[in-house]
Amino acid sequence: MTDSKTLTHIQRLEAEAIHIIREVVAEAGNPVMLYSVGKDSAVMLHLAKKAFYPSPPPFPLLHVDTTWKFRAMYDLRDKAAKDAGMDLLVYQNPEAKERGINPFDHGPLHTDMWKTEGLKQALDKWNFDAAFGGARRDEEKSRAKERIFSFRTASHGWDPKNQRPELWNLYNARKNKGESIRVFPISNWTELDVWQYIQLEQIEIVPLYFAEKRPTVERDGMLLMVDDERFPLKDGEVPMDRSIRFRTLGCYPLTGAVESEAATLSEVIQETLLTTTSERQGRAIDKDAGGAGMEKKKQEGYF
Amino acid sequence: MSDVMNDPVYKTEALIAEDIDQYLETHQHKTMLRFITCGSVDDGKSTLIGRLLYDSKMIFEDQLAALESDSKRVGTQGQEIDFALLVDGLAAEREQGITIDVAYRFFNTEKRKFIVADCPGHEQYTRNMVTGASTADLAVILIDARKGVLIQTRRHSFLCHLIGIKNIVLAVNKMDLVDYDQATFDAIVAEYAAFAKEIGIESFTAIPISGFKGDNITTAPSENTPWYSGPSLVEHLESVEVRSSLDAEGYFRMPVQWVNRPNLDFRGFSGLISNGTVKPGDAVRVLPSGKTSTVKSVVTFDGDLEEAVAGQSVTLTLEDEIDCSRGNVLAAADAPPEVADQFEATIVWMADEAMHVGRGYWLKLATQTVSATVQQPKYEIDVNSLEHLAAKTLELNQIGVAEIITDKPLVFEPYADSRTLGGFILVDKITNATVAAGMLNFSLRRSQNIHWQPTDITRESHAGLKNQTPRVLWFTGLSGSGKSTIANEVEKKLALMNRHTFLLDGDNIRHGLNKDLGFTEADRIENIRRIGEVAKLMVDAGLIVLTAFISPFRAERQMVREMIPDGEFIEIFVDTPLEVAEERDVKGLYKKAREGKLKNFTGIDSPYEPPVEPDIVVNTVEMTPEEAADHIIRKILPLK
Repeated sequence: MTDSKTLTHIQRLEAEAIHIIREVVAEAGNPVMLYSVGKDSAVMLHLAKKAFYPSPPPFPLLHVDTTWKFRAMYDLRDKAAKDAGMDLLVYQNPEAKERGINPFDHGPLHTDMWKTEGLKQALDKWNFDAAFGGARRDEEKSRAKERIFSFRTASHGWDPKNQRPELWNLYNARKNKGESIRVFPISNWTELDVWQYIQLEQIEIVPLYFAEKRPTVERDGMLLMVDDERFPLKDGEVPMDRSIRFRTLGCYPLTGAVESEAATLSEVIQETLLTTTSERQGRAIDKDAGGAGMEKKKQEGYF
Repeated sequence: MSDVMNDPVYKTEALIAEDIDQYLETHQHKTMLRFITCGSVDDGKSTLIGRLLYDSKMIFEDQLAALESDSKRVGTQGQEIDFALLVDGLAAEREQGITIDVAYRFFNTEKRKFIVADCPGHEQYTRNMVTGASTADLAVILIDARKGVLIQTRRHSFLCHLIGIKNIVLAVNKMDLVDYDQATFDAIVAEYAAFAKEIGIESFTAIPISGFKGDNITTAPSENTPWYSGPSLVEHLESVEVRSSLDAEGYFRMPVQWVNRPNLDFRGFSGLISNGTVKPGDAVRVLPSGKTSTVKSVVTFDGDLEEAVAGQSVTLTLEDEIDCSRGNVLAAADAPPEVADQFEATIVWMADEAMHVGRGYWLKLATQTVSATVQQPKYEIDVNSLEHLAAKTLELNQIGVAEIITDKPLVFEPYADSRTLGGFILVDKITNATVAAGMLNFSLRRSQNIHWQPTDITRESHAGLKNQTPRVLWFTGLSGSGKSTIANEVEKKLALMNRHTFLLDGDNIRHGLNKDLGFTEADRIENIRRIGEVAKLMVDAGLIVLTAFISPFRAERQMVREMIPDGEFIEIFVDTPLEVAEERDVKGLYKKAREGKLKNFTGIDSPYEPPVEPDIVVNTVEMTPEEAADHIIRKILPLK
């Protein structure tokens, strides 16, 4: 690799992410890596392993669970943590559980209670003061403005107009008691970079990213997969087998699939490059609250 | 929009469709260039970025549909697409139609991946522009061909030069609106060249473009500018040498981030190589200690490397067991960086609260964090006229040159030689906000020539002779709160117990050591710093030091606490409400202050910041001075 002294963009992005992860470990009191089992999480976990090799990453993984993820995600989650030699913490908001909050009956409340509230509760419960997340600046326009070290008040709020200047690769990790930092080591990666890295490093990802015949229904212009018996079918709705895959993975009733025949990584990347819609297009969350959906959610404490 | 599919640069779609593996192979080996665009909305900056994204297919249909509807609703381009809406991501920005913060955007061409930082152009967002520029290899400075070189062009060029960007592109935009006139272009270039020379920009590349029509963006020359013989903007961006490959040319430097110790047999030093290359067998020096060793291996998850270069994150093991930890720098043994504790620096102030001359701030440089004080600026630089102006402090968005003194030696290089070892941030010790960014210019001679003289009679032996534990009893509170009275009582009681003490009193010190100081904020900070230094010498001599000063600012009390060994600084808050102190008015000062005859009086027109976690609190409303003294004595005993 060093026949030329110019690093490729992937090498630079990897080195930058590793540098960021190590800075947090060196300066934060009690860091944790948010692990959602998606492809970005898979890349993050891989980078963490690389950053500390031959030591295992010196922090646990945290999955803020909604109980509504795809079954295939739960399978990979437990395996990946075990392979990395890391502790896996799973948190489910007890109030959401008790009230039976679900994406079918409760709409935006589902995301708010399970994810936003659940995340805050989990961070408070274990006193984590720094949490790694796999968000990228190319995902959404308020993300494009977010710092790599993103500060949250004691109540986990984000103030976009009062972000700390972030120069060179110098990160100020100092904070007052009760405040916490969300850290995004792959901020500067694009969707294509993530895919290419997965291919180059042969990182295991959830099979749902590859096309296969799966039972689906079409609803409000989205293709939803009937992943388990909790999926309430409307009158006349019959699950139909279609060859589908997912570009992002979240709660299965909220995540739209795309019809596809792409069964290998190369084919998936090919489709990604030729596609004409953005990655988050299949996510209902961005469309809440007009154009500023994500920005508003982040101010309330969403990742 | 022109027909982009005719542009060879973007003719990748066919390859993706026909041979994805070949495409990925090519993409994998692309290099990365980070650049910024400077200019205001009127210069067509957002339109240019929008075009680069659009032409490289980085705008998806759903985003384009949202953009079209937003443009009609709140856009400023009539029925045309308003690309500014794509780039301005925050709700406040879209509402106000201005760019507030830096946005990062991404696009690819066949040769490179690009990260573009879109920076706000207004003067009040200078700090954001400096932030965006700090990671850039290149700057595109936009000029409206109809307007020529403006004050903001000069400001942007100066900031880019200040932050060390070597590649400057002068993009003369909106050529379509001046009929692609060569004379107009040449005149602008000549004017800019004269200015660039004046501020030290050695070279720049000028390109006539139209972001709106697409001229000279991807291919050149456009048929509208047959007189132009240079590269298109994209061609130029693809061919410029990136900074990381230049960094690889220098001497080896790696700031240590983390010591990797999975077991007793492995001890590695992890970091990002900032300059040069390293391989097993290389002689390296640990700084600031100066100890040397040899590199044993370059460890990565993918196996040991034969050689690693600037820009890579690695873990090094050494042949010898030498002391090395976070904050140290591993460097080429025969060409190490300097170590110093006094510097001249260029500082960009980034906080709403002005700089406090003499106050201690955290200074972070690479992986080193030390306490640092900034002296009164030598001058401030007017970012528009570039004149040097006299300055007492620096306020938000002001740039100045000042001396910096650190409490511990820093491993550094001038910023011109190394961004990593020359660039730093200042952090407020109380709010933890990043308040400034700076660039070290050089170390001051005096710091290289003054060394700490070790003495044989240690502070422990001084204290042992006096048979006591040294302490600083730091009394703080409003004027008239009773600090001097109580401190005096405490000292009398300690004297009766055969303790060796000394009382430093505010008024007394101002008659001698500090008689050159007034009551401005900067002077008050300096007053406390000197008292801290005197108290430090006295505790080293084994004494129990009592100090009675208003010492109104938390940051300065914290500064003194950090000068004194752990546990020896006892902060005593004499908690007397303002009404009570004013009622007492022993020296008649409150009356004068209320009448406006005394300026900067604590509690009246200058703030008092009470301690957050004082070691001892005495309440003089409920306690007599004697009771307060007894309370303090009980808390600090046994003192042996």
